[in-house]
Amino acid sequence: MATRHSRSAARLMLAPAVILLLGWMLVPLTMTLYFSFKRYLPMRGDSLERGLDWVGFENYARFLSSSSFWPSVQATLVIVGGVLVITVVLGVLLAMLLDQPFWGQGIVRILVIAPFFVMPTVSALVWKNMLMDPINGILAHLWRFFGAEPVSWLSDASVQSIILIVSWQWLPFATLILLTAIQSLDSEQLEAAEMDGANPLARFGFIVLPHLSRAITIVILIQTIFLLSIFAEIFVTTGGSFGTRTLTYLIFQRVIDSQNIGLGSAGGVYAIILANIVAIFLMRIVGKNLDR
Amino acid sequence: MGRIQLDQVKKTFGDVTVIPPLDLEIEDGEFVVFVGPSGCGKSTLLRLIAGLEDTTDGTIMIDDHDATRVPPAKRGLAMVFQSYALYPHMSVRKNIAFPLRMAKLDQAEIDRRVDGAADVLNLTDYLDRRPGQLSGGQRQRVAIGRAIVREPAAFLFDEPLSNLDAALRVGMRLEISELHKRLATTMIYVTHDQVEAMTMADKIVVLQAGVIEQVGSPLELYRRPRNTFVAGFIGSPKMNLIAGAEAAKHSAATIGVRPEHIEISETEGAWKGTVGVSEHLGSDTFFHVQCEASPEPLTVRATGEVSLSYGGEVHLTPRPEHIHRFDGQGLRID
Repeated sequence: MATRHSRSAARLMLAPAVILLLGWMLVPLTMTLYFSFKRYLPMRGDSLERGLDWVGFENYARFLSSSSFWPSVQATLVIVGGVLVITVVLGVLLAMLLDQPFWGQGIVRILVIAPFFVMPTVSALVWKNMLMDPINGILAHLWRFFGAEPVSWLSDASVQSIILIVSWQWLPFATLILLTAIQSLDSEQLEAAEMDGANPLARFGFIVLPHLSRAITIVILIQTIFLLSIFAEIFVTTGGSFGTRTLTYLIFQRVIDSQNIGLGSAGGVYAIILANIVAIFLMRIVGKNLDR
Repeated sequence: MGRIQLDQVKKTFGDVTVIPPLDLEIEDGEFVVFVGPSGCGKSTLLRLIAGLEDTTDGTIMIDDHDATRVPPAKRGLAMVFQSYALYPHMSVRKNIAFPLRMAKLDQAEIDRRVDGAADVLNLTDYLDRRPGQLSGGQRQRVAIGRAIVREPAAFLFDEPLSNLDAALRVGMRLEISELHKRLATTMIYVTHDQVEAMTMADKIVVLQAGVIEQVGSPLELYRRPRNTFVAGFIGSPKMNLIAGAEAAKHSAATIGVRPEHIEISETEGAWKGTVGVSEHLGSDTFFHVQCEASPEPLTVRATGEVSLSYGGEVHLTPRPEHIHRFDGQGLRID
């Protein structure tokens, strides 16, 4: 990329990709913004051909004043936070475990990554019907074996169940990233710490964890982006009831169930704002790790 | 105090014996260098002493206490690693203070010792920097600083200079020797570089395939190598080893003559040969001479600037009092 000629050639060749990506993002965003200021109820005969009525901020006000708005924000944050805590903590522990030499290491590593390849809908169904079903689920049998009353997971502990299912899906991702980070730790550093009198806990706290901070940051940032929009797991299991209605799910219900595209679009704009607030917080807290 | 004794210490990794049973005594205050080619087990031996590897058999005594099963931190030894092994996320001050913090010393004492070490090693201006912002030599000094604040019974160095450039290496060599004179603490130093061994050691331990070939002061090893391996390893350039008819004349299987103990002349001498490549260093000139006495070219040192043309005829004369004789097993004959 040294000469002026090659630089302009590079720009020219990058242009299609950039334009395509920009269009992909800008078109839906503009349409969402446009619909959010319109009354758009297809069942009542509203359509783009006949023209939509401008309603100003009415959709925004209605979405915000709905009794399910704040609970949905809370559910979103609880689920995202819960999954992040579980995947990062268990991910660090699993990564350290997998870093130890043991027989069958290669196969075990592939098995650990496997859940990530299962489609969210499928894994949610497996959890719902095979594991968490209060009559025929494995967990119910286990509970009964020990003489306990089976838990109807998806209604009595619905948020925890969703967190469990989503954590199971995302744990491999966290483990994989953290494992590669652990493998890049210079073993002489650990030996030096050992000679310096650091016990295993101190070695973890002073050497391993600081070394992993950057990888943990990346795991948190990437997972947050995807977790804010989890949908299939909720749709398949609880259908948004029992306090598992996230902001994403609420928007879905407004658009599809109530057939109110204008209201749903306003919710979409709120979701963008929420995502940005979360992102700013994350950047403040953990983003400085990336500078080093 | 820092007296270390190894008694029948053995190390195997699975079926591979890295160190067959080995005895060694290191006296208090000695500067001992383990030297040998790559893979000779010298680093493993150091790690056994440090406690980073478990011995398969035998005992390690430190100051007359059995330390064989004592964890590394409790042995009172400090180690400087080849990669320096500094903690990248901590400042220099925190790096040096780390062992003291782990030993739960009070803050005033920690500060006193860290400042002392920084003063000795010229690191005072860099205490607030991170290792990533330091040069190789400075990092090396931080690693040494982290070792000296512990006031250990002995220092262990694992090829500490191999990552430095040539000029810096000479400087650090002097600094480490200086430090040894000042602290008078036992130091064990591992290197594959025989120049480092010769210049720094009180006692050199030459290792090959885990076996001690010879132990002695640098000049002992230079003057009286016990076998052909030590003869070829110690000295730079290496000793010329000649087998065959020429050796038989001295009733030996192999004879050895150092390059500095061969006279070179254009007119007369014992062995006739032709000049190959010459290396001019200014202070010395090294000639590679192909001659009838040996199938291999011989290396000859001439003092000062001497020029001989490539392919020219020369005569070599070894100094008889400096001919080393070795028997069929490669052992020295006196």
